[in-house]
Amino acid sequence: MSGWQQHLIIAPIVIPLIAGALLLFFDERQRVVKAMISVVSTLALAAVAINLFRLANGGGGAGAFDGVYLLGNWPAPFGIVLVVDRLSALMLVLAAILAIPALVYALARWHAAGAHFHSLFQFLLMGLNGAFLTGDLFNLFVFFEVMLAASYGLLMHGSGPMRVKAGLQYIAVNLAAALCFLIGVSAIYGSAGTLNMADLALRIGEIEGERRMLLEAGAAILGVVFLIKAGMWPLNFWLPGAYSAAVAPVAGIFAIMSKVGIYVILRLSLLVFGQGESAGLGLNVLLYGGMATIAFGTIGVLASQALGRLASYSVLVSSGTLLAVLGLSNGEVTAGALFYMVSSTLTIGAFFMLIELVERGQDAGASVLAVTMEAYGDADEEEQEVEIGVTMPGTIAVLGTCFAACGILLSGLPPLSGFVAKFAMLTGMIGMGASADQPVPASVWWIVGLLILSGLAALISMTRAGIRTFWASMEGTVPRVLVMEMAPVMLLIALTLTLTIKAGPAMHYMEETVRNLQQPRTYIDAVINARRAGVAEASGPDGGGGI
Amino acid sequence: MELVLAIGIGIMTGSGVWLILRPRTYQVIIGLSLLSYAVNLFIFGVGGVKSNAAPLLGEGVDVSTLTDPVPQALVLTAIVIGFATTALFLVVLLAARGLTGTDHVDGREQPK
Repeated sequence: MSGWQQHLIIAPIVIPLIAGALLLFFDERQRVVKAMISVVSTLALAAVAINLFRLANGGGGAGAFDGVYLLGNWPAPFGIVLVVDRLSALMLVLAAILAIPALVYALARWHAAGAHFHSLFQFLLMGLNGAFLTGDLFNLFVFFEVMLAASYGLLMHGSGPMRVKAGLQYIAVNLAAALCFLIGVSAIYGSAGTLNMADLALRIGEIEGERRMLLEAGAAILGVVFLIKAGMWPLNFWLPGAYSAAVAPVAGIFAIMSKVGIYVILRLSLLVFGQGESAGLGLNVLLYGGMATIAFGTIGVLASQALGRLASYSVLVSSGTLLAVLGLSNGEVTAGALFYMVSSTLTIGAFFMLIELVERGQDAGASVLAVTMEAYGDADEEEQEVEIGVTMPGTIAVLGTCFAACGILLSGLPPLSGFVAKFAMLTGMIGMGASADQPVPASVWWIVGLLILSGLAALISMTRAGIRTFWASMEGTVPRVLVMEMAPVMLLIALTLTLTIKAGPAMHYMEETVRNLQQPRTYIDAVINARRAGVAEASGPDGGGGI
Repeated sequence: MELVLAIGIGIMTGSGVWLILRPRTYQVIIGLSLLSYAVNLFIFGVGGVKSNAAPLLGEGVDVSTLTDPVPQALVLTAIVIGFATTALFLVVLLAARGLTGTDHVDGREQPK
């Protein structure tokens, strides 16, 4: 137990908590101080996350770091544990890496649009990190609520009837979901007598009869909550309205919030429902629900007139893809899905922020009008030759390039990481038959078809939006864009480029992650045998007493 | 006692679900409150319904005479969080009423 490295595990929760609380003491007029605290905290968070990532990936010497942190030094099944393994470290890094550009973007303009932006932003990060780290179901609920409470405030940041209306519906849906979460958690506690995920995985084999039914029902209700968060059809009608109403940097960071649901589903389905009698609980729901979500998202992408809604439906396509692919429960495909998750989160984050810059030069109703005109074909053709000779302004060139990059990423075309991700998943799926010496099941072909179609739809939609915005600008005004707003978008796109170049090591990491997840024994042993600080010998593996 | 508790939870859940499907924001918030009461009682119930039982383990005490302290701790947390989020929702509800001029959840009245 080498001291400071072990304590790093709690840092992703404590840093934003302290920063967020500290920020409350400063008046809104001291904007520079607030911005400084927020930036320092987020950078520290990123440093910690990357360090944990390195440790979880086997750096820092074997045995020195077991990735388990006992809160209050209580032994495992009784106290709450925080656990860092490859998956949670990956999610921590992803959250921190998305948070930095979103924060920098917000500093240019949006953080001044309402009160307490920075505090809420830090609390959102705290909730996210806590949800990724915790090894206890009820603690997960608490961190979910922290995250959601912050997101309610952030969604309505900037105010206005649109945002408040979207916020109202978003809060109502999430409050109802939170109540379902409690029902699920208590049903699991009632049947298994534990809330510790590792302990639950150990005990699930011994539970029989009616109690197993109760447990499975509880798990299913819990699953519904995470599917609401992840946006599975038909539980996703709240998402497009909420995400497109949020201000750009907030929508950017929300890109990872829908991945929290997916993270928990992945974690629980492989840890608790990986083996034994309840193995594969709800996998079919994920598979077919995911497919329906891809189809719904694809139609939405094609039908969207405003760019904000286009991006929101892209979130749904991304969630649907992940859910359907996780429903296949195949190691190789899941590794591809993890890669896709990283890539699509960065892409959608960048896209949400880019949209606001692009739309700044337009009238609010202009894009809707343009589509209507396209449909009826009565755009006046006479004015065309007036502007020949006007060179393309630099801002438009940069914005256009970023827009094209987002289009390529969303549709999964080479050379960027969206292609690598889809290719990895498709290879895994088509290869499923080859390894098992059976024909590939029909559902897999459906997913393959839907994936390719959703890419095509994204391409069509992005091309249409791009032409309308950059080639046939109705207003002809160049949006005023600050470097501080452009840089975060470019940074995120550059990250996807890095992900493409480093696709080999990244895929290797994902495969290793999935291999770890498929052997829940390692996770369980690490948690149950976690040594208490200041206690010489490890407590026995059968530490969980009857209740 | 279990039966009374179960019926009570059921009635509150049913009323709550009906209310959150109504178009007025006030009905929604009352529905959510009723649902949260039902859920709190449910959490309380999963530990087994006992009266006059202490949750504290001591030397030589028969475990069957004790009540399970964990659901009680959970329900406390759930009450606090539910209360805070309901209060937050109430503020948003008032803001929406002020901004849109109607208490319909869609922010505009249905055309008659």
